[in-house]
Amino acid sequence: MDISTLTICDAAAELRKKTFSSVELTQAVLDAINKKDADLNAYLSVDAEGALLQAEAADAARSAGRDGDLLGIPVAVKDLINVAGQPCTCASKQLVGYVSPYDATVSAKLRQAGVVFAGRTNMDEFAMGSSTENSAFKVTRNPHDLTRVPGGSSGGSAAAVAGGEAIAALGTDTGGSIRQPASFCGCVGLKPSYGRVSRYGVTAFASSLDQVGPMTKTVEDAAVLLQALAGRDAHDGTTPDVPVPDYRAALRGGLKGMKIGLPKEYYIGGADHEVMACVRKAVDACAAAGAEIVEVSLPHTEYAIAVYYIVATAEASANLARFDGVRYGHRTANPGSVFDLYAKSRAEGLGTEVKRRIILGTYVLSSGYYDAYYGRAQKVRTLIRKDFAEAFKTCDALLTPVAPTAAYRIGEACDDPLKMYLGDIFTVPANLAGLCGISVPCGQTAAGLPVGMQLLGPAFGEGSILRAAYAYEQGVRA
Amino acid sequence: MSHTLDVAYVAELARLELSPDEKRTFQLQLETIVNYVEKIGELDLAGIEPTLHGQALVNVFREDVVVPSLDRECVLANAPERNGFEFKLPKIVEDA
Repeated sequence: MDISTLTICDAAAELRKKTFSSVELTQAVLDAINKKDADLNAYLSVDAEGALLQAEAADAARSAGRDGDLLGIPVAVKDLINVAGQPCTCASKQLVGYVSPYDATVSAKLRQAGVVFAGRTNMDEFAMGSSTENSAFKVTRNPHDLTRVPGGSSGGSAAAVAGGEAIAALGTDTGGSIRQPASFCGCVGLKPSYGRVSRYGVTAFASSLDQVGPMTKTVEDAAVLLQALAGRDAHDGTTPDVPVPDYRAALRGGLKGMKIGLPKEYYIGGADHEVMACVRKAVDACAAAGAEIVEVSLPHTEYAIAVYYIVATAEASANLARFDGVRYGHRTANPGSVFDLYAKSRAEGLGTEVKRRIILGTYVLSSGYYDAYYGRAQKVRTLIRKDFAEAFKTCDALLTPVAPTAAYRIGEACDDPLKMYLGDIFTVPANLAGLCGISVPCGQTAAGLPVGMQLLGPAFGEGSILRAAYAYEQGVRA
Repeated sequence: MSHTLDVAYVAELARLELSPDEKRTFQLQLETIVNYVEKIGELDLAGIEPTLHGQALVNVFREDVVVPSLDRECVLANAPERNGFEFKLPKIVEDA
């Protein structure tokens, strides 16, 4: 069985027809990992034994008459989402040896749906980065060109899905960490609206921005996974009681009659011309399929990166204070005092980018600077949010590039953190405004590197962007 | 917004020991980044309300009921050092 192009929906159909069992499917995923992961380095750990047991249970449930879109389907999980009994390193030396005592809500929901947890994917340490090069353990490679990065921070999940080592995966997105690696690797990545999916049990990076979402081979698979993930959770107070629609049904509307907005600030220079050519072709395809294209303006776009790197680092500095060597994780040997225990355990356990962001975040929150940085950033965030609210008065979704470039070479962007941060310009505004966004493959460069387009929708407007993305994807295939 | 970013001082606030090398590198890199983010100083923000997070939710309450919590042994299994059912730490309070 070749799982490289196997989708959730296809696999579910075959499981129903008994073409293969979940045990056979899971074994095929494990075989693919064994065969390919020496090249890709997409996974940090694989739980073959546990996965096969879960697959057996799924097969037994199916024999007993149970059915479900995810029953017996293996899904890869980014290594910052707790799955009981599995490691959860966040790609950090700080958490070597940690075993999750509980399921994150998303893991519990997928477990309930019969998902098989086959392995945990590589990432930038604590999700801080855009290339997965900040992993403390290994450098994941782009399946389309092994000398290039898969993007990040959910680079392992993207590489596993696009490289034929997973049927689907979970990622997290704080400033683009699902959408950008999806674009770099050529898969679909959906960042749900803030509050749509619970973050309970997901290692927090920036709590006002983080979301969990699906990374899949097709838009339909993204809808199926989102269906299982979405909804109110008593363990996460930021999940409002907004009804979860039938996302698969939402796919069917077509582009005809939809208004697609092009934010002019996203189309003026900055991005690579090959990337822009792919995105413009996608715009034309949407127009040809019956969408009305309108120009909109998001005037505060130029402030988004500044706001993001204040808000995200400030919140990270607070969230990562828990990694102090007291209750779990790395502890320095023979600390002389409690201060020493904190400072040295963190010094030894955390990587360079994480330290850099903790320092920046601590600084912008420190006495005398709070108002000038965090306080002002939150107000600019209001302006950014209002820009989008205004834009969505005249359109159903926005179509933009995901990243200014296609996948770059490993090592190429590492030395200059600010340069790396600026690459997030098209993705961070959605997190700041709490919107939903999806990255869908829309072509490739002359060198054969995938390019994604981004569709952004209003908060809890996942149905609209899934509908547009699905229609586009079907049109391209036809 | 004039700033004096002293990495060594901030690292102490963050309970994070930095090597002399890290201090030097971060000092330079973070000055560049801070200069960049100061562009938000250009905007007139009088009368603008802050956005605290992505949704306009306030004061989410729940009933205060006792529910089962994580298994104690399972949680303590991750402790770097323990003493029975306690996390073991260096002495915090001096003897009287």
